[in-house]
Amino acid sequence: MSQTKGQSSIQFAEAPYIIESSSIVGQKEGEGPLGKLFDSVEQDPMLQKKTWEEAESELQRKAVQKAIDKSNLTQQDLRYLFAGDLLGQSIASSFGLMQFQIPLFGLYGACSTAGESLCVAAMTVAAGYADNAVAVTSSHFASAEKQFRYPLEYANQRPLSANWTVTGSGAFILGTKRSKARITGITPGKIVDYGIKDSFNMGAAMAPAACDTIYQNFMDFNRSDKDYDKIITGDLGLIGSKILIDLLKEKGFDISQIHMDCGVEIYDGDNQDTHAGGSGCGCSAVTLSAYILPKIHKGEWKKILFLPTGALLSTVSFNEGQSVPGIAHGVVIEHC
Amino acid sequence: MDEATKNQQKKYNEYVKAVTPTHSLFRNMLQAFLVGGLICAAGQGILNYCQSLGLNKDIAGGWTSLILILCSVLLTGFNLYPSIAKFAGAGALVPITGFANSIAAPAIEFKKEGQVFGIGSKIFTIAGPVILFGIFTSWIVGLIYFLLGIAGAVSL
Repeated sequence: MSQTKGQSSIQFAEAPYIIESSSIVGQKEGEGPLGKLFDSVEQDPMLQKKTWEEAESELQRKAVQKAIDKSNLTQQDLRYLFAGDLLGQSIASSFGLMQFQIPLFGLYGACSTAGESLCVAAMTVAAGYADNAVAVTSSHFASAEKQFRYPLEYANQRPLSANWTVTGSGAFILGTKRSKARITGITPGKIVDYGIKDSFNMGAAMAPAACDTIYQNFMDFNRSDKDYDKIITGDLGLIGSKILIDLLKEKGFDISQIHMDCGVEIYDGDNQDTHAGGSGCGCSAVTLSAYILPKIHKGEWKKILFLPTGALLSTVSFNEGQSVPGIAHGVVIEHC
Repeated sequence: MDEATKNQQKKYNEYVKAVTPTHSLFRNMLQAFLVGGLICAAGQGILNYCQSLGLNKDIAGGWTSLILILCSVLLTGFNLYPSIAKFAGAGALVPITGFANSIAAPAIEFKKEGQVFGIGSKIFTIAGPVILFGIFTSWIVGLIYFLLGIAGAVSL
């Protein structure tokens, strides 16, 4: 039986379960509105390591280890790792996951990697290529600032549209063993470019991609905003969220009542000085693990569309005058 | 890129500009004026003090720059200068203290990548353009001054 749906979606015949998940965050995230929900809050931004990059690797290592510990599985039960981060050549994943000795697929989709890794891991499990697979992503405020913006102590004023990169890592074990949440379908996103050139306004750059993937998901599955309890984007922030709602209204769908954005939820914008909201591969991953999945387990939300968003730029493409294209990968998660 | 896409992008960029909040220009200018003025007043204070010790104007000026730079580097090291700049914007960036910050910050950040390929090659990543084009501009101005001197418009 064909499992493809419409133009680009998949409806799994044997939907993989999200067996276990974990969330490790930094101090600032721990002080945010979701602070108490995370598995672990690291007070030391260096995680007892020597560099920011090593610290981010340690976040990923801890996240995977925590997910293994919480499940009744052992390392040997996990067949493949699907991992990514924001650093050049994905070194946070490479060095953080080396010690597990599990075959690894390194992924890059900027902040959408959290969705991309879930999509590919779900496809792998659903196809019968693995009983258990892990999707893990991370971001670290300091390593991201160093890579994409300025040295940490450099004095400048952040625009109000700027995001704050979340320090955190979320890991998800997908498998065939029954649990209370399963990925029933996915809508991988395509690259959408509306010509935004301001790298300090990622929300505006990514909102059209989120709109495109949501619309595609509705068309492919023949659904509308009424079919979901929540549509949750990754890190559009305050400005991007407003734009997304406006864009979808133009296409005839009103998601204003059911839309939520992980970047908006994770910080208290008024008191934590995070401007537009949180961002990064860690942002949507830790929010999914700590906040969203428990609500799905309880059945408070029966069916959601989880949609991490990414801005596909590098400092080189930016300096060479390229725009900032966006991408968003949709994952349908249902209570069961 | 076809005309329709261009139009769509233009329309979208205008729309984004309309919904994106910005800092209040007036408040920013006021804060920049206050803090920038304070830094300059501190500099004047140091200069006056040095001169009162009997140093001539050039030497006193040198000490003033050195002391301001030292203060800025210390404040950068203790991670205080970014907070000052967050409040004051250009008021903290334009004086010599801002320049010192832009050199100290990469030095701290890239130390982990080694003395040569870290500090050595990256210390001027922010200040480098300022130094290059600053020197180049002063060279142009000097050339103009020289040519005007030959023409007899100014005395060399």
